[in-house]
Amino acid sequence: MEYFPAIARWIHFMAGITWIGLLYYFNLVQMAAMKDAAADGTAAGISKHVAPRALLWFRWSAVVTWLAGASLLGPNLGAALMLRPEFAGIGIGAWLGTIMLFNVWVLIWPNQQKILGMKPASDDEKAKARRVAMLASRTNMMLSIPMLFFMATGLSHRIV
Amino acid sequence: MKNPLESVTGTIVSGLILTLVLFLVLKNFILAGV
Repeated sequence: MEYFPAIARWIHFMAGITWIGLLYYFNLVQMAAMKDAAADGTAAGISKHVAPRALLWFRWSAVVTWLAGASLLGPNLGAALMLRPEFAGIGIGAWLGTIMLFNVWVLIWPNQQKILGMKPASDDEKAKARRVAMLASRTNMMLSIPMLFFMATGLSHRIV
Repeated sequence: MKNPLESVTGTIVSGLILTLVLFLVLKNFILAGV
């Protein structure tokens, strides 16, 4: 039994469940809840106590997921990202995961900081940030569907 | 046309279509002749 890949896979799954679980929470629960909460004046509770904690686990579990995935591929990471036939299936999954990580740190997190008042922003900037963060989050939810397909089905990497 | 990412249903349908498209690209182009 090889311990390193087993442990890397275990960490990849745990961090991945945390990351994608929170992504689905944002898209399926929090977005709709914030809309209703804004209407009855209770949104501050979510913005102050829930969203910052959820975002903390969300962005760092994304990093851990990517690093554990990259270490699992090890010397085959390059072959996967270049979509060499023997690693093309997992390579597509790896590309989708990498794009999603980029969205988390470059689009979602900086815009959420403006929305939640962690960074100074005018009302116009906040409205724009809300739109960008929402679309980036929805993009990640969309990309998670093929990403999980190519990660879970083992179309290529399990055969080799 | 409305952006499909505006709704959860549109997002899920888009993800399923993208899965099919990427699978067909893998099968018919990347793995063709292997």
